[in-house]
Amino acid sequence: MTNALLIIFTITLLYLGIAHRLLTYIKILAFQGILLFGIAFISLIEINALNLAFVLLETIIFKTIAIPLFLNYIIQRNRITRDAEPYLPNFISLIIITLIIISTFLLSNEIADSRISKIYFVVALSTLFAGLYIIVTRKKIITHVMGYLVIENGVFILSLAVGNEMPMLVNLGILLDIFASVFILGIFVNRIGDILKDVDVDQLKSLRD
Amino acid sequence: MTGIYLIGGFSLSVLIFLNRNKFINYLLVIAFLFLQIGFTIYEYLHIDETELNYFSADSLGILLLATLTIISIPAMYHSYVYLGSKQDNPRHTAIYFGAMVALLTAISAAYLSNHIAVTWIFVELTTLSASALIYHRRNNRSLEGTWKYVFVCAISITLVFIGILFLSFTLQQAGTDDLSFSNLLKNATGLNVFWLRLAFIFIFTGFTAKFGLVPMYTAGIDAKDKAPSPAGALMSSVLMNVGFVGIFRFYTIVSRTSIHSWANHVILIAAILSIFVATVYMTKMKNIKRMFAYSSIEHAGIVMLGLVAGGVGYYAAVLHIIIHAFIKSSLFFQQGQIYRIYKSKSIYDVGNYFKYNLTGSVVMLVAFFFATAMPPSGLFISEFMIFRSLFDASYLWLLIIVMLLLTVIIWAFAKNIFKLLFSPPVGFNEEGIERISPAESLSQFILLGLSVYLGLNPPQEFVTLIQESIKNLPH
Repeated sequence: MTNALLIIFTITLLYLGIAHRLLTYIKILAFQGILLFGIAFISLIEINALNLAFVLLETIIFKTIAIPLFLNYIIQRNRITRDAEPYLPNFISLIIITLIIISTFLLSNEIADSRISKIYFVVALSTLFAGLYIIVTRKKIITHVMGYLVIENGVFILSLAVGNEMPMLVNLGILLDIFASVFILGIFVNRIGDILKDVDVDQLKSLRD
Repeated sequence: MTGIYLIGGFSLSVLIFLNRNKFINYLLVIAFLFLQIGFTIYEYLHIDETELNYFSADSLGILLLATLTIISIPAMYHSYVYLGSKQDNPRHTAIYFGAMVALLTAISAAYLSNHIAVTWIFVELTTLSASALIYHRRNNRSLEGTWKYVFVCAISITLVFIGILFLSFTLQQAGTDDLSFSNLLKNATGLNVFWLRLAFIFIFTGFTAKFGLVPMYTAGIDAKDKAPSPAGALMSSVLMNVGFVGIFRFYTIVSRTSIHSWANHVILIAAILSIFVATVYMTKMKNIKRMFAYSSIEHAGIVMLGLVAGGVGYYAAVLHIIIHAFIKSSLFFQQGQIYRIYKSKSIYDVGNYFKYNLTGSVVMLVAFFFATAMPPSGLFISEFMIFRSLFDASYLWLLIIVMLLLTVIIWAFAKNIFKLLFSPPVGFNEEGIERISPAESLSQFILLGLSVYLGLNPPQEFVTLIQESIKNLPH
């Protein structure tokens, strides 16, 4: 069952590569939150109930509901245009994300460790690199934030791989998740939206050498 | 005592943040400085004791903590001068001092923590408090600097976390789940090489954002440029050392395993690229503050070369990082005065500094010689030892390349500094420029003098502390 959910998660990455509109990105993030809820629910049976409840609440409330609503609010408040404005055509993005998945797959063959499930490793690393790819190839700052959230999801999956033995690390990952997202989005909504009217990275090019 | 210090530091920071009365804020800052000094002395007297399970004052922690305490006093004084001259509104002053106190507390805790996850948490806190300092001027450019810093640091802190996760994979195999540095060191030989390599790559890359090495150095440059100069001084000295502590402690563990030489190669590439990048940018740099920031990148690269070379290089690396903190912070403190006279950081707008501020120019000249590691600077001693260790480790070609790059750096640095000191400024209106009291340069002279003292005639305790902190590395 976890395997099925993880594979669906990987498919959402491919969809992320070809998505045109910001609204689609937000929907994908919300959907990934639901998938993470399912994965956490199934794989973390061994940890104590209170901790499990905390992890599940974080995935469902924070990742699935709060963040997408907040992103939507930012887009409407700052009147960001709905196109994602990639630098590269979507077809190339699709190919590159596929290549990322294949190469992490090949890398995972190096693992000679029966205790770590390889599929977690493959999905987590490909999510991480897909997130970095989104950050590098999209023009708007808000898509950078979304790329960062995708990376966070990848880290969450990776921490689930050791979740039963070291629940502390899952909690730390959640701490990072909440802390960094709130902080980055907070700066975004308060400051960048007020000062810079058209929010894309071209406005952030005055500091250079 | 660590518990008292952490509670005291963070509650003082909150109090300063909430309070709007300037006078009471200054009293609170002074209270924090006393707390900081008392804490440092206490930890020195109780060396190698573990408190609250996660904090132990080992030699490296003590050395860097003392460095931080010494730099924090002039940093607060220059902040006071900086904020006093600008008639800022009380809210901004309160946020500034609150953030600075929180930054210093978080850095001290990161130095002393003996658990990799705890170090990680405090490094994250430094990002938060530093960003408030960078945003102090509240204009478009400082917003840009803050945004870039926060974003790059958020990504790099995530990379460190991924590294910790990989480390936990390999620990499971070794049959333990304690992520403290001492336990990692004990089990170093049993760690799985594949996971350890991945962990090293991720943790090293993550910490380079704080330490200022290729590949994640970029955000730090903008941050040091945009932050007020006392905050810039902290960021390019004690905050850099946080990155060093992270890399050094993990490198100590890796050096016990079979991937030691592989890790050396990784660090070597990052170090050479850092020095190269610093050289390229310094030759065309027109902004004095950014030039200082790039000079920090160069020194970070040299420190890493010391680690790679081994032998006497380990000792020199720790010595270099401490002396560099003193010299670079005094350069940044002095830069604040230059900005007050010329109202510009561009090299085109400044000149004839000797005429306007004699004491400041002497500081600038001396600090320039010291920062480029000319005798009697302490950096000369440590750099000489690093070069010797490179020679001993038969990295001869590397040594030649590094020396050539350093020569170019000295030329570029000198070109700008001599322009600042001697050439007349173009279109500069002399009327109404600010007279700067020579007393404001006193702290810089003390810091520079300390760097000579520690380099040429180090006290026995200091040498012992450095030797203790490198005792776990292979000899």
